[in-house]
Amino acid sequence: MIDLKGYGPALAEGAVVTVELAFLSLALSITLGLLGASAKLSGNRFAHGVAATYTTLIRGVPDLVMMLLFYYGGQVMVNTLSDYLWYNHEIEFFFQFDPFISGVVTIGLIFGAYMTETFRGAFLAVESGQIEAARAYGFSRWHTFRRIMVPQMLRHALPGVGNNWQVLLKTTALVSIIGLTDMVRVAEEAAKAERMPFHFFIPVAAVYLALTAVTELFIKWLDKRANVGVVQGG
Amino acid sequence: MPDFIAQWLNQNDIFTAMTLMEYWDGLVTTVHLVFLSLVIGLLVAVPLAILRTVRNPFVSGPVWLYTYLFRGTPLLIQLYIIYYGVAQIPGIQDTFWWDIFKEPLYPALLAFTLNTAAYTTEIIRGAIAATPYGEIEAAKAYGMNWFLRLRRIVLPSAARRAVQAYSNEVIFMLHASAIASVVTIVDLTGAARNIYSRFYAPFDAFIFVALCYMALTFMLVFAFRKLENHLLRHQKPVSS
Repeated sequence: MIDLKGYGPALAEGAVVTVELAFLSLALSITLGLLGASAKLSGNRFAHGVAATYTTLIRGVPDLVMMLLFYYGGQVMVNTLSDYLWYNHEIEFFFQFDPFISGVVTIGLIFGAYMTETFRGAFLAVESGQIEAARAYGFSRWHTFRRIMVPQMLRHALPGVGNNWQVLLKTTALVSIIGLTDMVRVAEEAAKAERMPFHFFIPVAAVYLALTAVTELFIKWLDKRANVGVVQGG
Repeated sequence: MPDFIAQWLNQNDIFTAMTLMEYWDGLVTTVHLVFLSLVIGLLVAVPLAILRTVRNPFVSGPVWLYTYLFRGTPLLIQLYIIYYGVAQIPGIQDTFWWDIFKEPLYPALLAFTLNTAAYTTEIIRGAIAATPYGEIEAAKAYGMNWFLRLRRIVLPSAARRAVQAYSNEVIFMLHASAIASVVTIVDLTGAARNIYSRFYAPFDAFIFVALCYMALTFMLVFAFRKLENHLLRHQKPVSS
């Protein structure tokens, strides 16, 4: 084993933070993606407009800029709100806008936009005959969505969701810039203190590689399960 | 300058001519960095992509490993390894390389170039692998050798197929370049961070810079759409 100069436990804790951050952001982004895709396909002009603006705005701005905006801006907003509540209503309300929350919110919002596109494509890939059949059986809108659309759309969405996940995982490294002690941050501090950059960054890079490799296998397995009963061409 | 802009500039304390100049310098640095890394990355990626399609695993294997490592790890870590790592190479501080690499711009350029080259290699490889076999057979029937086939048939047709994915990579690179501000480079994001810390005005500083990036992104999207239309002209329906 490589000697981590006593930074081993801190690095391991950092790795746990990275994984937590990634999974929470994934959950938020999938929720936003489903909402966004439903809005885009709803036929409601207002909902479509909101979703389209959201995806366009997100795709035009770098993730780091967005993160800085949410982190620094979020704190200013909390401060303003707290002042307002105190002076006008004498309510004490304050919380520190920490890097973890801003990381989850930013990454969730960014990948929510990508997920919206993925899910939109997947929903469109479900045959319209299936929906008509569900209506003919008297399924309600929610029932059609839950029982017919989602199970069939997952098969088309999985490859896209898998790709987004891989990119999302690597994006979590950025949260170290706004001060979250994830494994990148720990490695950076250790590398500076010990003057051994390769020694600390290469293991961290290896953890990222391992995480992507393991989740890739899991996605392949899910993909196989989702495609049960589908006859592959060729 | 129209009056209303002059008036607006006089009324606010943040967007004075001086801060706008800072943003402008940052914009120049960002464009400079992204443009150079994309051009060098593309020049490296084309031969690598060709090697990657060679059947011999001793030739394609190392290229696969390179793209796997650089696509599988965060760009931030690659940047840190190069930025902090170069100074640790024994003896480098006595050579002329040190004069180049002690500026943060060059380690960042190297990291961005290696990263984009890895992604671009895979994009081009995919496009080459998707060449219809009939095209290659036809070229063989005409007696073209391997190099001529590559130059006249495979690469031009792969370029057409790759341009869409490559445009995404270019935009990705523009957005990824924001992390250059972490290693003390004053690019667009770096300028915004300086201005934020001077005025403690996160919304003004970062929303303005977000708009700058958005303008750059949409210009790129527009340019690539034009290029795509130009390259895929022959596939358009006759009636339009």
